[in-house]
Amino acid sequence: MAIKVKVEFLGGLDVISSGVREHKLSVPLEEGEATLKDLVDYITKTIITDPKDIPVFIEDDTVRPGILVLINDTDWELEGGEEYVIESGDVFTFTSTLHGG
Amino acid sequence: MTEERLPVRKVKVTALCELCHGRKAVMKRPKNLQKLCKECFYNVFETEIHNTITDAELFKPGDVVAIGASGGKDSTVLASVLKTLNERYNYQLKLVLLSIDEGIKGYRDDSLATVKRNQAQYEMPLEIVSYKDLYNWSMDEIVACAGMRSSCTYCGVLRRQALDRGAAKLGINHIVTGHNADDVAETVLMNILRGDTARLEKSTTIVTQSTGSPIRRSKPFKYTYQKEIVLYAHYKKLDYFSTECTYAPEAFRGTTRELLKSLEAIRPSCIMDIIYSGEHLTLKPKKKKITPKYKNQKKVNDEVEVNADGSVSLNKEFKDAGLEMNRAKVSIENNASIDGAAKLSKTLEQLSF
Repeated sequence: MAIKVKVEFLGGLDVISSGVREHKLSVPLEEGEATLKDLVDYITKTIITDPKDIPVFIEDDTVRPGILVLINDTDWELEGGEEYVIESGDVFTFTSTLHGG
Repeated sequence: MTEERLPVRKVKVTALCELCHGRKAVMKRPKNLQKLCKECFYNVFETEIHNTITDAELFKPGDVVAIGASGGKDSTVLASVLKTLNERYNYQLKLVLLSIDEGIKGYRDDSLATVKRNQAQYEMPLEIVSYKDLYNWSMDEIVACAGMRSSCTYCGVLRRQALDRGAAKLGINHIVTGHNADDVAETVLMNILRGDTARLEKSTTIVTQSTGSPIRRSKPFKYTYQKEIVLYAHYKKLDYFSTECTYAPEAFRGTTRELLKSLEAIRPSCIMDIIYSGEHLTLKPKKKKITPKYKNQKKVNDEVEVNADGSVSLNKEFKDAGLEMNRAKVSIENNASIDGAAKLSKTLEQLSF
């Protein structure tokens, strides 16, 4: 069963997904088992348009420092980070904080 | 990780706000790892900035203050928070948005549209000063002539001057900028890494003023984390612009920023710690060793060359800095070494209009 989630790329991060800020995904993973780490791997493989842009999103096998991750509008640090078990209906927001202000 | 995997929909006791103990925590403060709900976060965020402002006595009642507004997250949050605090604590400030149009197609034109919306949202007057009007050169034209290599350096120097000129035009002598704790820590690190001890001591001061300029610049966000600024903008749904400038940032600054972000991921307090270290470093008084060349340059630059249309002659500024700007040339500084770029930046920053 696929897990239906929404993924947002904000703060200029949409450059790595052809300028699309919001992605509604049907992730082919097992609900109750799949973690945010699995989702991040899936995103890296499917949403990032140009493989050259992967380092903009991933560093040392995890989301790059400086990208703020929210799970249903809550800081992922409060939700177990990458170990968070994803559920249908979840919204994941990735916001780059690296741009000038 | 030994964290229990409880159903997410149930609010865990550990996930409650550590201040009100009533609402669900939504964020963890990098400064002290405190878990807060939205309401308490807004309150703490705004109050800390208020404390920074009052501790440093940044404003007096009746002051007219220009907010350096780029449309980006920092200056948008700054405008929003200053408006809130001005009303809440009755600072009696008149706030004005001051924007610089560098003339970068596809970047600044879009971000200025954001500032124009902010003008209406925050009910503040807006003044836009353009490089083209002021120097008769847009940033796009400068890059076309001088190349991308030192574009950030040129742009930074010109923007500082342009902000001063814009403020002077409005009769304002105080500019606040959205520089945050991450920016300050980044500057401290960069100065350490470059051995730039002269700038190191000044890099953490909250109020700065160029010699001979009546205009003060201050950073109310000096102790405010970038992460919290982004979260504040996100939760409050503030309208901000977030596209990277078309021209690549200076490589050294970019690398320092990444280093800082990696450090922050391991030890979030390090940003405050670096600022603290910067504030408490007292350098041994050194023998004055100003290179005669710089000394002379400063004197020469005191004269301002103004064109008939009132714009400042850019050619002169760059010539004084050892550069030639010529529209006919395709490139002049493409082979400048790193060393040359640092020298150029030093020289440019010494310029006064």
